[in-house]
Amino acid sequence: MTSPPQSLHRALGLSDDEFEDIQIVLGREPNHLELALFGVMWSEHCSYKSSRLHLRRLPTTGPHVLVGPGENAGVIDAGDGIAVAIRIESHNHPSAIEPYQGAATGVGGILRDVFTMGARPLAVMDPLFFGELSDARQRWLVEGVVSGISGYGNSVGVPTIGGELTFDDCYSSNPLVNVLCVGALPKERLVLGIASGVGNLAVLLGSRTGRDGIGGVSVLASAGFSGEDGAASIDDAKRPSVQVGDPYEEKRLIEACLALLDDGLVVGIQDLGGAGLVCATSETAARGGVGMDVDVTAVPLREPGMAPFEIMTSESQERMLAIITPENLEAVSALCEKWEVRATVVGRVVEPLTRSDGTSRGMLRIRHGFDGEVLAEVPASALADEAPLYDRPRERPATLVDILADDPTVDEPVGSPNDDLLELLVDPAWVYRQYDSQLFLNTVVGPGRDAALLRLAGPGLPNSTRGIALSTDSNPRWCALDPRIGTALTVIEGVANLACVGAKAKAVVNCLNFGNPEHPEVMWQLSESIDGMAEACVALELPVIGGNVSLYNESGGSDIDPTPVIGLLGVVDELVAAPPGWNWGSGDAIVLVGARRAHAERPFPLGGSRWATKRGRRGGVIEGVDHVALISTLDFVVAEIASICAGDVSDVTAVHDVSGGGLAGALAEMVAATGVGAEIMELDAHAELFSEFPGRFVMATSDVDAFQARADAAGVMTTRLGTSGGVQLRVGSMIELSVTQIASRRRDALEEALGALN
Amino acid sequence: MNRVGIVVFPGSNCEYDAAAAMKALGVTVELVWHSTTDLSDFDGVILPGGFAHGDYLRPGALARFSPVMAAVQRFADEGGPVLGICNGFQVLTEAGLLPGALQKNIGLTFLCQPTTLVVTSNNSVLTSGATIGQELVIPINHFSGSYTCDDETLERLLDNGQVVLRYKDNPNGSLADIAGLANERGNVVGLMPHPERAMSTLLGSADGRVLLESFVAANVAA
Repeated sequence: MTSPPQSLHRALGLSDDEFEDIQIVLGREPNHLELALFGVMWSEHCSYKSSRLHLRRLPTTGPHVLVGPGENAGVIDAGDGIAVAIRIESHNHPSAIEPYQGAATGVGGILRDVFTMGARPLAVMDPLFFGELSDARQRWLVEGVVSGISGYGNSVGVPTIGGELTFDDCYSSNPLVNVLCVGALPKERLVLGIASGVGNLAVLLGSRTGRDGIGGVSVLASAGFSGEDGAASIDDAKRPSVQVGDPYEEKRLIEACLALLDDGLVVGIQDLGGAGLVCATSETAARGGVGMDVDVTAVPLREPGMAPFEIMTSESQERMLAIITPENLEAVSALCEKWEVRATVVGRVVEPLTRSDGTSRGMLRIRHGFDGEVLAEVPASALADEAPLYDRPRERPATLVDILADDPTVDEPVGSPNDDLLELLVDPAWVYRQYDSQLFLNTVVGPGRDAALLRLAGPGLPNSTRGIALSTDSNPRWCALDPRIGTALTVIEGVANLACVGAKAKAVVNCLNFGNPEHPEVMWQLSESIDGMAEACVALELPVIGGNVSLYNESGGSDIDPTPVIGLLGVVDELVAAPPGWNWGSGDAIVLVGARRAHAERPFPLGGSRWATKRGRRGGVIEGVDHVALISTLDFVVAEIASICAGDVSDVTAVHDVSGGGLAGALAEMVAATGVGAEIMELDAHAELFSEFPGRFVMATSDVDAFQARADAAGVMTTRLGTSGGVQLRVGSMIELSVTQIASRRRDALEEALGALN
Repeated sequence: MNRVGIVVFPGSNCEYDAAAAMKALGVTVELVWHSTTDLSDFDGVILPGGFAHGDYLRPGALARFSPVMAAVQRFADEGGPVLGICNGFQVLTEAGLLPGALQKNIGLTFLCQPTTLVVTSNNSVLTSGATIGQELVIPINHFSGSYTCDDETLERLLDNGQVVLRYKDNPNGSLADIAGLANERGNVVGLMPHPERAMSTLLGSADGRVLLESFVAANVAA
């Protein structure tokens, strides 16, 4: 073992202090290979070294939580013997450089996280954030990312049932591509990524290992973009760190792994994602408290001449590591052969090393041949769990005082509400039409609505008439003003979305997309955001069962707005009929459910609204919510819609929560969906039209007296806004638009902006 | 029809959905791996949707060489009902069991959306129970669904009543709005839309039932 030159650790993304820590852990100088292993495993992306300290403040437990954060996916007990696994991740930096492959491999990676738990992946959602579409590069990114998700997700056979689409200049050099996956499994089949049983074998399944994606987690995901040459040539040199996806290989890998689990042939299983083989071997060994010997010469390669550090850190896609007993090797090989999946023994579980103080430690040993030269020898847990923990400096941005004072609620002129409303309407159908959203015959409510709703069913699952609901939400405009309140409101918005399909929220996952953690302002935003999420989750009794932190979302030293994406998983106990959706009939009463602030001293805030942002006003104050009133409103809506899902007769004909575009946006979307207009009373002011303050719902009913009586009994505030019907949407003296204008503008807005409409 | 074999290629992904639809109609279902060479146990065969062999080269181009395809050919020659849905339709055209080919959609994007189909012939195992002119709402889910063939073939297909389903609003550029067609004998049918996804109003439409019920009712020697 020869010592590397001192500066090598910096090239591998390690600081001088971290290099010293490594010397202490090993009690000697690391060699080149060992340093490379630490370089990827101690990267921000793998180790969460800047965020872990703060993430501990999130509530993570609940009676129905089977697996909380820290495993490949969070898992809840959904009832009827079915467990539901959920995970969210980012693939931001790869997608910025190579949008098709970046997005495609993001889908591939999240699927492996879910079937690693023994769950069949049943659905994917993709929250996407780009710069404004007036820029040609953004249009290229959107088309690349969407076709990457479509190309991979459709082919691998997992439906994409929703997501989000946000355009804002802060993402123009650093787009965000997040992906959420949900899967289900018979509860008793839950497996964890643990290596145990000395003498057991580590079998590498799937693709050969190539030079793609080396340094993906460190070079790419844990550093910002320099943006030196302008956005058009963003760090092209990093392109080789982006992996290339093969959905056909992944499809066979999914089927083979689920079959291996069905037949009880594996002891533990782990996906190879970020940091590749070193991550999978060190994590499984560390969890099992055992050692592992890996023979680098056994790993099937795509090209000759790969160095051991390349083999160990490659992020080649579509690979899994299964821990099996030697007796099962033949059966595993036969099953893999059926699915045309390569299976190669690359490692052996070995006794942990007993140290002089009597404690034992599992060592990851990289060898040239199983009994050959030891190329690297490192404690597995040092790689997997013992990265340094940073309490980085935090500081409230000094500019915030002026930003909060610049409040559009106070002084932004009314303008033309008709034009403003039309400007806000965007139907994302161009995106979701490209996704298979229906596979497995579960999709009751698909993309483009408040939340997606699936039957809880799938190959190999016990029978159930339950449903699961999913939503992803974010509001970077709120979070830029106040990350704490903004994140709390984002959680509430997600819960409100689930309520619209009759689902009670059961668990939260989050993807925290932030800027450079070495900027104290960013660390302050991150810490505040986590506190806001914790507050909302505690109030709503929601456990956070998983998450991902994506830092260094910056370009040219400029950070993105804080973008915590909240994924929510809910359950509908009895799903035999579809929820009402947005389609009111003619002559229905339209009712606002939740608080109103008519003639109040303070109108609902416009700060952070899309309306204000369109006018270039990015400042203002946002407000928290009254949790008591909110919870009774949410419970009421869930009960009303859940009873429809259960097949009961109801007077409720439509429901939509007030979010992007405010009350005006909600009404216009319902008009566009149903093709029937509405006559709405005079509202207080334009703030009531466009404020996006959450926890309010627009509902339609064929029996307003009965409906309001039920709301009164539940202690929920309602206001009769008007009546559906006609060919116009009229709101007092402020809005008068034809149904056709609204529907065609909403339908065409995105395709026009993309230039996809002839 | 008592027993239906659903052929599974590596990369197929609608096999469970097709099986669920068949089971809902009271039929026994068996998933048949693509290496199978004998289908004589079955009363009907379905080639489901998906991406057989990853759609490498082009959809269906490799699947036609899977061992099972010789058995499908024999089964069809003997008059057995064969249904190809989406990728299954693509495989049937590549294998020569149905004429023509399916090219990329005219807009060059994947499309997953409901479509309205018009029944234009009931001279097939898929449409025998439907009424000519009947409109059915059934979703499509494909990138390469734009049907094409030469003029002579088209004329023959139309004359023989082999064009069984047409799109009301052609979403993909298919020649003559063709969504589904049969062989001359009517026992082999391919269609791009997914009738198995339209089996229940809970999921948006139950209009696929009339088609799959016809298939299930077909006699082995149709």
